[in-house]
Order: sequence, then C-alpha cells, then structure tokens
Amino acid sequence: MDLRELYQDVIIDHNKNPRNFGRPETCDHEAKGNNPLCGDKVTVYVTVVDNVIEIVQFEARGCAISVASASMMTEMIKGKPLAEARAMFDDFRDVVTRKSDVGPDDLERLDKLAALIGVREFPMRVKCATLPWHTMSAALDQSDDPVTTE
Amino acid sequence: MNSTNGAYDVERIRADFPILASTVYDDHKLVYLDNGASAQKPKAVIESISHTYEAEYANVHRGVHYMSQKATEAMEGAREKARDFLGAAEEREIIFVRGATEGINLVASSWGGSLLGPGDEIVLTVMEHHSNIVPWQLIAERTGAVIRVAPIDDTGDLIMDEFEKLLGPRTKMVAVTHVSNALGTVVDVTAIIRMAHDHGAVTLIDGCQAVPHMAVDVQALDADFYVFSGHKLYGPSGIGVLYGKSDLLDAMPPYQGGGEMINTVSFEGSTWAELPFKFEAGTPHIAGAIGLGAAIDYVTGIGLERIAAHESELLNYATQRLREINSVRLIGTAPDKAAIVSFELDGIHPHDVGTILDREGVAVRTGHHCAQPVMDRFDVAATVRASFGLYNTRDEVDALVASLRRVQEIFGP
Repeated sequence: MDLRELYQDVIIDHNKNPRNFGRPETCDHEAKGNNPLCGDKVTVYVTVVDNVIEIVQFEARGCAISVASASMMTEMIKGKPLAEARAMFDDFRDVVTRKSDVGPDDLERLDKLAALIGVREFPMRVKCATLPWHTMSAALDQSDDPVTTE
Repeated sequence: MNSTNGAYDVERIRADFPILASTVYDDHKLVYLDNGASAQKPKAVIESISHTYEAEYANVHRGVHYMSQKATEAMEGAREKARDFLGAAEEREIIFVRGATEGINLVASSWGGSLLGPGDEIVLTVMEHHSNIVPWQLIAERTGAVIRVAPIDDTGDLIMDEFEKLLGPRTKMVAVTHVSNALGTVVDVTAIIRMAHDHGAVTLIDGCQAVPHMAVDVQALDADFYVFSGHKLYGPSGIGVLYGKSDLLDAMPPYQGGGEMINTVSFEGSTWAELPFKFEAGTPHIAGAIGLGAAIDYVTGIGLERIAAHESELLNYATQRLREINSVRLIGTAPDKAAIVSFELDGIHPHDVGTILDREGVAVRTGHHCAQPVMDRFDVAATVRASFGLYNTRDEVDALVASLRRVQEIFGP
C-alpha cells in the first residue's frame, strides 16, 4: 500500500490546520485521552444543548493521524444529535477495525472520515485514529477517568 | 567469523546474520536501526540454541545422567564466558537473570530491602531507563528511602558538579546508566563510582547499552553491581547477567525462593545455596544462557575495540548527514556518545516519521524510549531514534536520510 493512501492531502491539511482547535471559553463536557504507545494526548470539549452537540472543540499533541481524526470528528459531529454522533463513532470504529472489505456504501456513509480508512493497513495506527472518538464519547459520558487506548 | 586482525569487513559480518537479508513490504531491503531496543542474532547464536535442544539438553545441576551433565557444563561454560567478558574476579559473581530489569529489581529488592531505611538516599540520573527508576521507587516506598535525581545539561551530558552535590552521608546507593538509551550519552561511570565510594555508597551500573559497544571491566571500574541484557548483545532475549561483588551478594537475602537456590529445606527452616545459585531459583533459561555465551564469543571474536571504532565512524557519519537536513533537531549531543542518534523532525510527530520510515524498510524506534524523564527534560513527547550495531553500514545511514526526505515530501513544506 502506498503511504499516500494513509497520508492523504486532506489528512496533512487537517494536521497542519486543525479545525475547532483550542479550549472554548465554556463547555459542559470535557475528557482527556492518551495513547501511551506514542504519547498522543487529546482533550475534547463538548457543550450539548437539547441533546444536540452545540460546541465541540479539541486540543491535541500527537501524530498527524490523531490530530486529523480529531479535527474531522469535530466537523462531522458539530450540530448533530447525540445519538447520531455516537452512532457515527460506532460506525467509524467498526469500519477501521473490521477485517472484511470496505465497500462504496461504507465510504459514502463515512463522508470525509473515509480519508482515514488507510489506517486499516497500519494496525499500529488504528488507535491513533480512534483515540479522539473514544475521548469524545468519554466526555459525553462525563467520565472522570482519563481515557487510554491501552 | 571475522578475525581480530585485518580490516573491518562489514559485509562478511552481515552475512552472519540471516535476518539482515530480509526484504520488507514491497521489496524494500531491511535497514535495521533499532539495535538499542534489541539486536539481531548471528547464526552462531541461533545454532548454539538449536544445538542445545538437539544434542545437549536436560535440566541442569540436578541429574547424574549424561545429558544433564552436558547441559550443566555448557551453561557453566557460558557463565565463565560472561565472567571473562565483564572482567569479574569469580564465576560465582555472575548471576543469570531474565535481563537487566530483573537484575535491578533483584538488587533493589534484596540489597535495598535489607539495607535501606527511612531517610536513606538513592541517587539516580534523569536519563535512566524506567527499569532503573521504578524498582528504586518501589523499594523507596517500602523502606522510606528517598530518591535524588542528578540533572543533565542541554547536550544530554551528566552535570558532574550537580551529581556530586547530591552525595552525602545518607547516600546508600548510586544507580546510574553506563550509556543512555535515549540519548547515547556515555557516562563517566569511573568517576561516578569513585565519588560514590568516597561517600560510602554502593553502586549499580546499568550496562545494557554499553556492553554491545565498548569493552567493560567491572574490576577496573570498581562497580559493585553491573547489569546487562543478552538480547541487546546479539544474544537471546529472556537472559541477562547481574554481576555483583561476592561480599555484597553473600550478605544479601535470596530474591526468590524455589528449587536450585536451597541447600536444605525443612518446615523448620531452610538454608540457602552458595553463590550464584542462591539467586537462581527455579530452572533457568538454559538454552538462553548458552546462547548468550555464543553471543559473547561472537562479539569478542570480532573485538569490542574494532566494533567501537566501526560504530563511532557510523555515528559521526549519521550525525553529519542528519545535520544536513534543516528541520532535524538532534536530541543528545554529548561529547562522548555511543552510536545512538535521537532526533525530532520539525513539526512532524515521531510516530508519523516512524510509520513512513518503516514502509521504506527502515526500522527505527519512535516514542519515549522508556525514558520519560529525558523526554520531559527536552520538552518533547517522543523522539525518533536510530541506534546502530556492529553490522550497520554507511549505505544504511544514507537510506535513513533518503527516507527522512520522503517524510518531508509527504508532509509538504
């Protein structure tokens, strides 16, 4: 597999110019995530109004995959109902971790997250892509325990 | 095998290591630059392990039968090789352990557990591997001893004045790495041991990264304890050596109980075997110890001085080539270094660098190298580390540099 399939331009772009980056002035959900293998650290801030994700921002110090994944995640779930955001996480995790082939339906459903499916070929990097999602999910659960990929 | 005379024939040495002929992914030649994590094995080591299981295997120190005697002779032969390799006075000062980690835990638990008390001080340096930090933290917690940490300067060199200031009447143990795994810094352990002894402290030297690169003589160093792992010395994993001065080892209680380490056992009480068996409870890693003996033969057959000269030349070349890349920031530039280069590529996370290098066939380590305090000292989460061994070549340095250019290409300006 070509490295360009992992490091697509859109990923390089989100890594260099992450969207919704930084700590918001206020938020009502927050969680930290950490991947001890590579030292990725991410914090996700969420504000929910009427079961809809009103604000989602993040701070991260990590590899291109984890930063780009966090950035794209915020774009995808902002303004979405909670249930839809959670379903998107389940779907994304399922696609990047499952053994069976990915079809055109999957790609269409994943929308811009499809740029990340190259991690399927790099088992060591799947956790980098899923860490922001786990952290977002923990923020919604308001879990006080730091999230770890281990 | 190379003789100790004549030019250093790296291609002939490479032919001794079957795995180095591998190709990875799409026909990329394997460029193995992760020797600091674990070194590859020469045929001599692989064959010695096969030979043990095929021809000379049984449990050791027990049976009266032929195979048991053969295996015992081979294992004790390996102990003698390790003794000679480290310049130890007696074979009974060579304890076979699983690796340096177990060796340090053994000393921390047995020596520290019986001799440390509240307020006693253990002096470490900021560049220790986690395995020379955590065992001391565990014993400090149990005994009330206190850990003091000597700092390093911006090149990664130990600041000797600051180290000396930490020594005092409460210093009981000075545990220091011989060569930093994350930075490559060679520590002046001769001076450290002298200073520690002046204050009546006992010393433990972590020699994991030192023994593959330089000749070590524990008596010349006057080290009290010295540990290393076999797998970094081109030997098997799961075997290593703890050297200890016999008077210290004799005075220490056993670390683990079981077979082999006893003299007599009764429910009223048991008595311990003599050294080294007092510290070798249970059936040891017999083939591993024998394989380590073969690795020592292999390395000494080439000669540590010649290996050191070859690696030093590679280190200089790699340092020079990496400095040609503007966005490379070298981490660890001490004047005296083993062949380890740690670096950052500006703006690109080491994990991404590692993945791209890997797909080009170049194996390096990325991460915190089990030395998080070092990462904190240089304010980085992780680094890329290329660590060279006796079989690496200038061409492989060039391959590393070419792959780094590829990383820059993918990540753009």
